[in-house]
Amino acid sequence: MNPSVAALRERFGGAVTRSFESCGDTIVHVDATRAIEILRWLKDTPGQDYNYLADITAVEHRDGERPIEIVYELFSLTRKVPLRVKVELPKAEELAVDSAVPIWAGANWLEREVFDMFGVTFRGHPDLRRILMWETYAEGYPLRKDFPLRGRFSRSEQVRQALNANPEAHYSMEELAIANVAHELPAEIRDRLARGQRGVIPDPEGGRG
Amino acid sequence: MKTVSPHGSENWLTTKMTSLVDWGVNWGRANSLWPMPFGTACCAIEFMATAASRFDLARFGMERMSFSPRQADVLICAGRLPFKLAPVIRRIYDQMPQPKWVISMGACASSGGIFDNYAMVQGIDTVVPVDVYVPGCPPRPEGLLYGIGLLQKKIKGETFRDAAIREEHPLDRRGLSMAPERIDELSEPFGNSVHQTRSA
Ligand code: SF4
Repeated sequence: MNPSVAALRERFGGAVTRSFESCGDTIVHVDATRAIEILRWLKDTPGQDYNYLADITAVEHRDGERPIEIVYELFSLTRKVPLRVKVELPKAEELAVDSAVPIWAGANWLEREVFDMFGVTFRGHPDLRRILMWETYAEGYPLRKDFPLRGRFSRSEQVRQALNANPEAHYSMEELAIANVAHELPAEIRDRLARGQRGVIPDPEGGRG
Repeated sequence: MKTVSPHGSENWLTTKMTSLVDWGVNWGRANSLWPMPFGTACCAIEFMATAASRFDLARFGMERMSFSPRQADVLICAGRLPFKLAPVIRRIYDQMPQPKWVISMGACASSGGIFDNYAMVQGIDTVVPVDVYVPGCPPRPEGLLYGIGLLQKKIKGETFRDAAIREEHPLDRRGLSMAPERIDELSEPFGNSVHQTRSA
């Protein structure tokens, strides 16, 4: 068992709910409300030095009663020691934890992925958008157990929404640096840029643009 | 293959001239196809092997990979196409000037392959029109070369008098390339994926 567990129990007491070893890895379950505090302590305390966040992911168990777990894979680059920290989120309550971005900037995209796939919100995340699916994706959270393998919509509806998702939608005209000449663009290009703005799915019969 | 335009007169000389011009134009087109490689997955590795020295795509006039769609003749979709890439391949196809053709390389591009799931287009023919399907997972380079041979054969059968084959078909008002029912039909699960959602 990783000695960090004993240190955690001594420092945080009841906030460490469970700890065990599995396949040579030490796993610590901590209280959701104090997770960020504990992660920061694990990173900044001399002797712990878990300065590398390898991954954030989530687990939903087949047993519907069990909570969703958020998994933080930590690694100490100086001591070459891994540690797995888990936070449990009961499904009946709001699926939300505090963001780890203030501690590790690299948590940004990892948390976006968990949000995209499991629908867990990270409070205080600077830019919580979908990352793997496109931004207007409306079918839900694909890695949840109640999500059908082929998605919720018919194939034609999926193709329609995908084809209407403007790949350039993330960029505004200003960001594209053509705003000042936008009126000189051919009508077709202007139409394309205007269509499918962020967060908007055109309705089926209303035409585009 | 040949549909005669209503304006074409049918005398012996024009027919001869037409087929002569067709022969010349098609010979040129078929033997200088510039591919636009759209490599999204494992099939692209096999495509690279096809382009490398052992199989040497250049023998068939495809020396120059055209990484700009505006100078390309044939779009080769090598690999699976997730829904997120659907507007991208459509944009690339729309940017290619006529004449243009599409080869769908591999099981995934042709039918979704083993990925009958929420993220994958079930065959790129629901997004862009396809001329040649190359089966296999992945197709061997010989398979792709055979597919290219088929495409060349198809090109050699075209005639400039049939203007319809060079017509552009932009997406319709809904943003689709064909009727929704047709897309649903093309995307139906088949083979083993019929049982895919069965709970073990
Ligand atoms: S057909 Fe096979 S080799 Fe080709 S992209 Fe699909 S899985 Fe990969």
